[in-house]
Amino acid sequence: MTRVLIVGAGPAGIRAAETLAGAGLAPVVVDEGVRAGGQIYRRPPEGFSRPPKMLYGSEANKAAALHALFDGLARQGRVDHRPESTVLGLADGVTQVLGPDGVGPIAYDRLILATGATDRLAPVPGWQAAGVYSLGAAQVALKAQGTALGRQIVLAGSGPLLTLVAAQLLKAGAGVAAVLDTAPMAAQIRGGMNMARARPLVTARGLAVRARLGRRYHAGVTLERIETDPDGPRALQWRDAWGRSRSTVCDAVALGWHLRAETALADLAGAEFEWSETWAQWLPRADAEGRAGGELYLAGDGLRILGADGAEIAGRLAASACLADLGLPVSARNQAHDLRRLARMRYFAEGVARAFPWPSERVRALPDETVICRCEGITAGDVRATLSLSGPEANRLKSLGRVGMGRCQGRYCQLAGAELIAAAAGIAPGAAGRLRAQPPVRPAPISALSRSPKEG
Amino acid sequence: MSAGGGSDQGRLVRLAETGRAPLTFYFDDEELTALAGDTVLTGILLSVRSLCAAEFGPERRAGFCLMGACQDCWVWQKDGPRLRACSTSLRAGMRLRSTPSARWPEVTL
Repeated sequence: MTRVLIVGAGPAGIRAAETLAGAGLAPVVVDEGVRAGGQIYRRPPEGFSRPPKMLYGSEANKAAALHALFDGLARQGRVDHRPESTVLGLADGVTQVLGPDGVGPIAYDRLILATGATDRLAPVPGWQAAGVYSLGAAQVALKAQGTALGRQIVLAGSGPLLTLVAAQLLKAGAGVAAVLDTAPMAAQIRGGMNMARARPLVTARGLAVRARLGRRYHAGVTLERIETDPDGPRALQWRDAWGRSRSTVCDAVALGWHLRAETALADLAGAEFEWSETWAQWLPRADAEGRAGGELYLAGDGLRILGADGAEIAGRLAASACLADLGLPVSARNQAHDLRRLARMRYFAEGVARAFPWPSERVRALPDETVICRCEGITAGDVRATLSLSGPEANRLKSLGRVGMGRCQGRYCQLAGAELIAAAAGIAPGAAGRLRAQPPVRPAPISALSRSPKEG
Repeated sequence: MSAGGGSDQGRLVRLAETGRAPLTFYFDDEELTALAGDTVLTGILLSVRSLCAAEFGPERRAGFCLMGACQDCWVWQKDGPRLRACSTSLRAGMRLRSTPSARWPEVTL
């Protein structure tokens, strides 16, 4: 039987698994989570009791359906679920997977990557302090653990997650001191028109969530700096849309500017990349169904940031493409229907990107003392000084200045680095080069590599 | 100390899911209480302010992404290997540290 490997058990990975299982293939699904669901539909550990409605709000039915679907497929042996497992690297049709028992190989004939996304981060002076988190972290803490990251939290950045997390925290009884959106209201209205045309209900729901934040919410702000002491954040200094200086006392800050596709494995698997002006990041190339060349298929936010609904469709399409390429029957009608729906998701998502833009100008103007690389404390001044030696190219800047060399492997500094290169050289960020992914794409303990578990 | 672990000195605040079984573990030789199902990160930060010192700056570390991507939250186990606190379930009796328990051997060049 053809060996299909799916990486990621979020909405895209689950729908891909369903589609392949439906054709009688039993895909292996490798996922870092203990339980399938991915990040947005992440489940708490066994023994937690909040119902889906409380965890996922308006999306509860979708989340519960995906969880039940995947658990059923795994129980029936129609998919081979490998939880708590990370693909560290791959070459020549074999992945190296770090699981609970160490590192072992899993070979594949076809590979579907549904690796999702992480928060897209822009540095803010002071963000290296303990107690500054990503917006996604604030949501994970609440959803998967029932905790808040502090007593007075400031949420800042932009994108759909900003207001969603704020509303979820407030509902759960957390202290939310302010919700600071760097997107100007004019941009939000322009992008919002696209969003409303493509998905009126979802857009209206977003506005209703926003309304619940009341006077905590501010649009068009400029984040000046996070004031810290050795213990962590004390206040966030910002300017409102009219340029007035404001300060909000807090003990935790959560930052995020929408999402950044997780593409390290796609890179190792040979995908080509292009700079997306819309998403202000590097994204892999694939056809409308997710074919990325050879035996590689991409789906979900790791390909295009379309959100969970778009990821479900993309997962199904990628698996259908895989089946068709194997000469197995697929429903052309379902495919056409999914492609039409995906186009609508894309129109909506482009509206989101326009409404909540990446703060390019702000990053370029960061003062020299601002930390750009949180892993190794490399500042904007260090980057600017290194550029005279390295020239305006991201991989050379990494070699000489270590931006992208640290433990997160550039996940949280690459885009800011690209802006600094672009500003110094007078080029577009897309001309500053893309950091090449390096295996292992996550750190692995030497002890795990020295053990030899059974062949996968 | 509130029900289910955690204290006023902790960074995190527990908002829900307090009906789980309590468990005890050790962080820097101090006995702490948490609940079954807590991650190592949750368990520690409900009682203290940080997980470890930054390696390249004066600040402390307390995790950042909570989804295994940033590698900000590695803590030491008393018997040697480190673990990623955000993606490791806390177990009763774990002995965890913000610093390595043994000194690294001195290397002379």
